[in-house]
Amino acid sequence: MVEPDRKDPPIMAIDRDGLDALIQCLAHDGYQVIGPRVENSAVVLGPVAGVADLPKGWTDEQAGGHYRLVADGRGEDGALFGFTLAAQGWKRYLHPPRTRLWQAHREGRSWRVEAEDAAPRYAFLGVRACELSAIHVLDRVFDNGQFTDPGYAKRRGGTFIVAVNCGRAAATCFCASMATGPKAEAGFDLALTELSDSASARFVVEVGSRAGAAVLTGIPHGPATAADIAAAERAVANATAQMQRAAGGREMVDDAAGVLSRNVEHPQWDKVAARCLGCGNCTAVCPTCFCTSMEDTTDLSGDVAERWRRWDSCFTLDFSYIHGGSVRRATASRYRQWITHKLSYWHEQFGTSGCVGCGRCITWCPVGIDITEEARTLAESEGRT
Amino acid sequence: MVAVRKPKLAVWKFSSCDGCQLSLLDCEDELLAVADAVEIAYFLEATRAQVKGPYDVSLVEGSVTTPEDIRRIRKIRKQSKVLITIGACATAGGIQALRNFNRVYDFITAVYAEPDYIETLATSTPIQDHVPVDFELRGCPINKYQLLEVVNALLNGRRPVVPAHSQCVECKAHGTVCVMVSQGTPCLGPVTQAGCGNLCPSVNRACYGCFGPKEMPNTASLAGWFGDHGLGPPHVRDFFRSFNAGAEPFRRESEAHE
Ligand code: SF4
Ligand code: SF4
Ligand code: SF4
Ligand code: SF4
Repeated sequence: MVEPDRKDPPIMAIDRDGLDALIQCLAHDGYQVIGPRVENSAVVLGPVAGVADLPKGWTDEQAGGHYRLVADGRGEDGALFGFTLAAQGWKRYLHPPRTRLWQAHREGRSWRVEAEDAAPRYAFLGVRACELSAIHVLDRVFDNGQFTDPGYAKRRGGTFIVAVNCGRAAATCFCASMATGPKAEAGFDLALTELSDSASARFVVEVGSRAGAAVLTGIPHGPATAADIAAAERAVANATAQMQRAAGGREMVDDAAGVLSRNVEHPQWDKVAARCLGCGNCTAVCPTCFCTSMEDTTDLSGDVAERWRRWDSCFTLDFSYIHGGSVRRATASRYRQWITHKLSYWHEQFGTSGCVGCGRCITWCPVGIDITEEARTLAESEGRT
Repeated sequence: MVAVRKPKLAVWKFSSCDGCQLSLLDCEDELLAVADAVEIAYFLEATRAQVKGPYDVSLVEGSVTTPEDIRRIRKIRKQSKVLITIGACATAGGIQALRNFNRVYDFITAVYAEPDYIETLATSTPIQDHVPVDFELRGCPINKYQLLEVVNALLNGRRPVVPAHSQCVECKAHGTVCVMVSQGTPCLGPVTQAGCGNLCPSVNRACYGCFGPKEMPNTASLAGWFGDHGLGPPHVRDFFRSFNAGAEPFRRESEAHE
């Protein structure tokens, strides 16, 4: 990824063939192109070879503990990016669920240690604004000047990002109130806005980096018309409007960080614990949760040892296991750890919120526990006292 | 490891289907390495040769269902330095623990012409109800990689990597789309221990709970979800009453929906 050069960002337009050419071009440049596709009953991220792989005509219906793919009913004219968020995000690629860190081979009385250093070069197609913010949050966790995770830095450094602005918000989305979306503002190589209401199926393209500009020169494109630009702005404004609480949308309460830090003791923790399964789905789908455990393994002979790093979650008991037992046994204390970390002390730790308002933890919690409602309940209880 | 002598391994069977022992034989590629690392002293499923105890490691499959079983497991415990139970039968009583919810005599009279010849206990119980157990390996059947991991950890003097977290953790690590959220299919995964390798959810099926209750399972909340999504009490009861019906959290939850 090249440093942004946005002094005079030109606004361009491409059609579906142009998008197809973009995918081919990135693949030709040696990127593994990852984008949205329909698998089983959801949009998921995976390798895409062309526009034909994209979820044309699919949109989604999301609520607490509820996701359904829904056809947009427009057949061949169906939108390619009419859905909001794939079931899991880009974290899978930048910070994979399982990574082997090294392998050691016994050699006489000592060991030969081999570090893993293969890093694929990814091009991400269809990164939403909240997800782009989440990637910047992960950057601060894994590569923050004080500390660099070499694997992450390598994977991240080689990544080409094609953002796609949202023209529609799901009922679980609240990026507007977190100031992370629905329009990608920075940190992309190219950003597209799908003009799905136009019959000609065009994309308005913003260039965010020299690498983005270079790729664009290789594919058929032209300047965006004033009408195209206005339509793109309307699309994003539509998504913003859908998230307004006054209009039935979703917002995070003001000063969530303060609310959480003032309510470490609260009867609400036991109430949410009665529902919480401690399953860890929320932390796994959260695009910023970064916690891991180390697993050491050996082969039967004991001559080969490996160290693996895998996703962990503050909802497991092992997570807080220290000498003598787990510190956070009660589900109440584990739920509190999660929400307080996300919304409150992440600020102290990394200078930003740990929540970007994507709503995935709400949708993919099997029993629909809702981070915005939990924060609101605490905030409202303060108002009453 | 510099082995002075090979550890003696015994594999014992109680009330069970042999499926878990088969998982050991199913280790194919790794089996030779296992056979190389340990002396297989007693394993009727694999060899007729029998070496007398004491044993360094005993793997015990099956549940206790007869008075003779109780005598036998006590004897095995005395002869074993480390005793590991394998599978839902040995760790929770197995599917045969369904008898615990009924009168076993009724079954016997229904099945056998001469019920008096049958000597059986009223319940099917896990091994740890009768003798101390050093490690429990869950599953119906167990997962061969977990079994190898336990044997391996034992031989190398380290802690086995067998997490007690939920099946959902496996779904997310595998990139499996949740069937409960995306299709409304009732799934036991959120209260079930991981370890199977995400077998059912990865082929678009709900988790049946083969690996038994996870750490601190909130079965009441999940049962509430099942109820809210149209499952009547008999269905909710039956969900929790299968291979691990006798595991305490599942037993309690099933009884709450009688
Ligand atoms: S806490 Fe929830 S809404 Fe916020 S970023 Fe994580 S998954 Fe998204
Ligand atoms: S919320 Fe939990 S899993 Fe997520 S980053 Fe914080 S401690 Fe880790
Ligand atoms: S909040 Fe929901 S997803 Fe998270 S651990 Fe609890 S039940 Fe699971
Ligand atoms: S499919 Fe079942 S096991 Fe997997 S995440 Fe969903 S509820 Fe959990």
